[in-house]
Amino acid sequence: MKGRLIKAYHGFGLPRLIISIFLLALIIVAAGTELRVAGLLSDALVRIGQNGIYVLAMVPSIQAGAGLNFGLPLGVIAGMVGVLVAMENSLLGFAGFAVALLVAIPLGVIAGYLYSLLLNRVAGQEMMVGTYVGFSVVAGMCIFWLMAPFRNPALIWPVGGQGLRVTLTLADTFGGTLNNFLSFKMFGFAVPTGLLLFYALLAFLLWLFLRSKPGVAMEVVGRNPRFAVASGLNINAYRSVGITLSTVLAAIGYVVYAQSFGFAQLYNGPLMTAFPAVAAVLIGGASTREAKVRHAIIGVVLFQTLLTVAMPVTNQLIEGNISEIARVIVSNGMILYALTRVTGGEQA
Amino acid sequence: MNQVKRIVSRNAVPILFAIVCLLGVYYAQMPGQFLLMVIVKRMARNSFLVLSLIIPVVAGMGLNFGIVLGALAGQIALILSTHWEWAGIGGLALTALLATPMAVLFGVLAGMVLNKAKGREMITGMVMGFFANGVYQFIFLFLVGTLIPFDNPALRISTSPGLRNTVNLSRLRGALDNIWTVQYGFTKIPIVTFLVIALLALAIWAFFKTKLGQDFRAVGQDRHISSVAGIQTDRNRVLAIVFSTVLAAWGQIIFLQNIGTLNTYNSHEQVGTFAIAALLIGGASVTRATIGQALTGAFLFHLLFVVSPSAGQAIFGSAQVGEYFRVFVAYGIIAISLALHAWRGKSLAKASMEEDVSA
Amino acid sequence: MSVPVLEMKKISKSFYGTQVLKDIDLKVNAGEIHCLVGENGAGKSTLMNILFGMSVITGTGGYGGDILINGSHVAFDSPKAAIGAGIGMVHQEFMLLPGFTVTENIKLNREVTKPNPFSKILGKKLETLDRKQMAVDSRTALDKLGMNIEEWVTVAGLPVGYLQFVEIAREIDKQNLQLLVLDEPTAVLTESEAEQFLAVVRRLAQTGISILFITHRLDEVMAVADNITILKDGELVRSGPTDSFTIAQIAELMVGRKIDTSGRIGIERTQEKKNKVLEIRDLRVDMPGERLRGIDLDVYEGEILGIGGLAGHGKIALANGIMGLYMSRGQVRYQGSEVSLNNPRKALDIAFVSEDRRGVGLVLEDSIANNIVLTSMQTQDKFLKPGPLKLKDQKQITAHALESIERFDIRCTGPDQIVRRLSGGNQQKVCIARAFTQNPRLFFVSEPTRGIDVGAKSRVLELIVELNRLGVTVVITSSELAELRSISDRIAIIYEGTLSGILPPDAPDVEYGLLMAGKSLEEVGVRERATN
Repeated sequence: MKGRLIKAYHGFGLPRLIISIFLLALIIVAAGTELRVAGLLSDALVRIGQNGIYVLAMVPSIQAGAGLNFGLPLGVIAGMVGVLVAMENSLLGFAGFAVALLVAIPLGVIAGYLYSLLLNRVAGQEMMVGTYVGFSVVAGMCIFWLMAPFRNPALIWPVGGQGLRVTLTLADTFGGTLNNFLSFKMFGFAVPTGLLLFYALLAFLLWLFLRSKPGVAMEVVGRNPRFAVASGLNINAYRSVGITLSTVLAAIGYVVYAQSFGFAQLYNGPLMTAFPAVAAVLIGGASTREAKVRHAIIGVVLFQTLLTVAMPVTNQLIEGNISEIARVIVSNGMILYALTRVTGGEQA
Repeated sequence: MNQVKRIVSRNAVPILFAIVCLLGVYYAQMPGQFLLMVIVKRMARNSFLVLSLIIPVVAGMGLNFGIVLGALAGQIALILSTHWEWAGIGGLALTALLATPMAVLFGVLAGMVLNKAKGREMITGMVMGFFANGVYQFIFLFLVGTLIPFDNPALRISTSPGLRNTVNLSRLRGALDNIWTVQYGFTKIPIVTFLVIALLALAIWAFFKTKLGQDFRAVGQDRHISSVAGIQTDRNRVLAIVFSTVLAAWGQIIFLQNIGTLNTYNSHEQVGTFAIAALLIGGASVTRATIGQALTGAFLFHLLFVVSPSAGQAIFGSAQVGEYFRVFVAYGIIAISLALHAWRGKSLAKASMEEDVSA
Repeated sequence: MSVPVLEMKKISKSFYGTQVLKDIDLKVNAGEIHCLVGENGAGKSTLMNILFGMSVITGTGGYGGDILINGSHVAFDSPKAAIGAGIGMVHQEFMLLPGFTVTENIKLNREVTKPNPFSKILGKKLETLDRKQMAVDSRTALDKLGMNIEEWVTVAGLPVGYLQFVEIAREIDKQNLQLLVLDEPTAVLTESEAEQFLAVVRRLAQTGISILFITHRLDEVMAVADNITILKDGELVRSGPTDSFTIAQIAELMVGRKIDTSGRIGIERTQEKKNKVLEIRDLRVDMPGERLRGIDLDVYEGEILGIGGLAGHGKIALANGIMGLYMSRGQVRYQGSEVSLNNPRKALDIAFVSEDRRGVGLVLEDSIANNIVLTSMQTQDKFLKPGPLKLKDQKQITAHALESIERFDIRCTGPDQIVRRLSGGNQQKVCIARAFTQNPRLFFVSEPTRGIDVGAKSRVLELIVELNRLGVTVVITSSELAELRSISDRIAIIYEGTLSGILPPDAPDVEYGLLMAGKSLEEVGVRERATN
């Protein structure tokens, strides 16, 4: 019995244990205080759906052997352009959402493919190169947003007539469209059905892909490239598939995020998007070399619930907005833990 | 002619940036005196930090993205010294002394973590920096004044927890710079500061002539061979990070005494990125960094930094573009260097293959 | 009679119950050049590891027997101790830092230093390097070798042939050096470089340093050795002065062994020539440590072709090159049509079991079932559900895996068990199951019984023969000659990257020995045999 407990402990992982216990404690405290647990729960559901796709995006990148996708901002920016096109044309509701996706996805494919060409040449240093390529592109896009050919007065600076503003609202276009679709209230908390259904759909499609012949091939390439070569697989091609898929998911993820959050934050907004997503998939049980769809789901549920519940609870004890800092500490702490583990087969 | 070709190809990056800077200077149309003044000021306050990056590169730890930890140690010391109202050069020296044990501790921790992530030092250092920053913010934004009693009106706002956003370093401002200055037109050259920088450069140069320095160089080239030869590679790596962290702490103190105000939560944020970008612009790489490259890079980077907004205004009609451009350059040069580093590793292996197969 | 510098008496070593060395005696006098000869696995490396106090010995129960240096009993527990007693070793892999100069490498971690004001306060490590003295010392060492290498040159700029000399200079610089062990030093040298090397070795011996020289090149042994010791299968075969041996004798003693009592299990065939399944012309493969420098070979349909030779001479690279794992050049025709090398798209019906079972042959983190079906799924579209989505058919996969587990007797907890957990023998059976699943026409298998216990060994060989019986052409590469002789129709021997010759399985030991040592049969006056 003791042996099995120890085995289960190792399988679960110390950080996940800590976070789960912490979360449980917070929920208990929350229930004990004056806070509306129901309200917290609906917030958590929204945040899960809102951020979940970013975490899904990590899975194909890891499985293809390219590690954690720190270059997520590339896909996010593709999504941003899609959202902006829809907003520029003042498209409402599902029309706006659909057009945003229609623009974002092809852009995501192009960006992802180009990015994969780069990553294929830097095997072993993908995470570091990806981070700074992501940062560079975000900084470069800042220049683009300033000079872009957008004309809709709702988007641009009133003075000067050119250049997008920093924060744009989606309230009058397609903000909330997906969230409110088929949504309902239950026991006092609201369920954003459309959002969660869409997330579930994407998770299912990803899962399906990983069970298909190309998906299996991609996983083999990630797990043992030399075996893959001996089995006649083109390593670079499958890595590209994984990285491109990851980028496209990030693009879609942004469109969903923007409509849920209600605001588009340009310029330095996407800079650190990758980090919480990376942390979430790690919390869910993935490693730098292995990730399953269920890891992404468990991770985002744990992580986002933790953040949602943590803030109002800690507000009772310590004044101030601790949510952002908590996110930074938890995310980076988790990533640090994952980076310092020597997984089997890695050289010193 | 061949000689010239070789010099150009070996120093391609700084030469390229020199050209870009010249263009920037031309378009910015800033008065020469003003430019000189700003550059001297920036070199004085940033060179120390850039120099502190050299040792880890030589020791094989790559670019020390965790330099932020040293900056934090320096800042904590400054917060305390402001609280205790230390002043003048004596106060500054004491502050540096106060920062040192903290920096050593941070360096040891960082070095140990990095030893557990061999082959991934840079990204681990980067994440460590973010993590440390988060903890720092947590302590100084929330715990100070609440769980940690601290009641200094100069540092705290009584109504909310944590330290103020900006702390005035009036007693220490210019403590190093102003000891001896030479006026040249509009420019006030802080001689002692530059002497300190020169001293550091000298110390680094001399260090690599010692046994320990030689050991660092060996470990930087090949951990396995060094270890077989009996060198304690893990210990040396930690030591390299400790040196870098302590120097970063002192460097941050020098930086802040020049600026005169401490942005409690932001001053250190871009420390890593800008210092590393500067080093790389000077022609350094992940595996090779010299004093000349550090100083050249610091000069070029800050020159570009200064002229970008005005050049942007002149070329694109928007100073903002210039500002974004310089950030883009910083990130971009790092991305390129990292990519080249990874690619070179692979292509070296490939090259040796091809020449043997044809043998 | 002076006291020998080194005397090893009745040295024995077992690794977890398997005896790898038994009662080895070795004696080396001052100024003597002593060659240690033997096949791979004969025990040479283990013997040297014992001498040098390596942790792979000390950490696994030590060794039996005595070692005496200059007549006094010693027991080294670390390389440092051995170095301290005057033993130097130049390993096969280069231990030089490319960015350092020759001097810096010679003096690595033994630099000459001078105190300075800081070192007096902060410690010895901050003493300044005395580069002048270091250069002088290095020059002295290099001069002792008679080598014309500048001591200030960076090692990265030196030709490969010189690197060995720098390493030797490093050992000589250690003042108390009495015995220098050289492990396959001439493996990477050209003929002229090797000549230079031997001259240096002789010169060193004349200064009184004893040399223990491990090599496969029998020419060199005859040219330079004073005494020779031959090891085989962990035992001492013979030891004596060089003039009491001929090359042929050494070769025979190195490889000869009784063919094991289970006898030949290969199929006896009629001698008709069939179609060529594979035509190899001038194949060059760059596999680090196993380079092929131009092989011409034909493989006939339905045969079992054995590929043998010493380690490091390239036999392993043949299959690896053709399967695209390493850069290759040359022409290979499969079934008459040209195969493009270095291209991942393989012919669909070639199966490959690699010698690197854990690195290439398996996806360790994956299940037995997946390992068995993966290659067939990808190259032949097997195990997929019908339809455009090409989803994997888990039911079919599990069924086939269960079938394979039964057929090949794979000891496991079930088809979903992670392959990493299986024993070496069972892992190998998974690899072979994968090959069978592919229904191949051609089957490359390398080192099939390496690291497998005796019981599983014969089973694996039987499986290979079974596959051959189904009509599959087999190319089997192995370091164990006996294994090749028990199932192959013909055996090709590779020496230093080229084909040395092809022999029938029942050719006498001496012929195998000679081919493996690089001597052609005519050279040594052996009657020509009808081969291929």
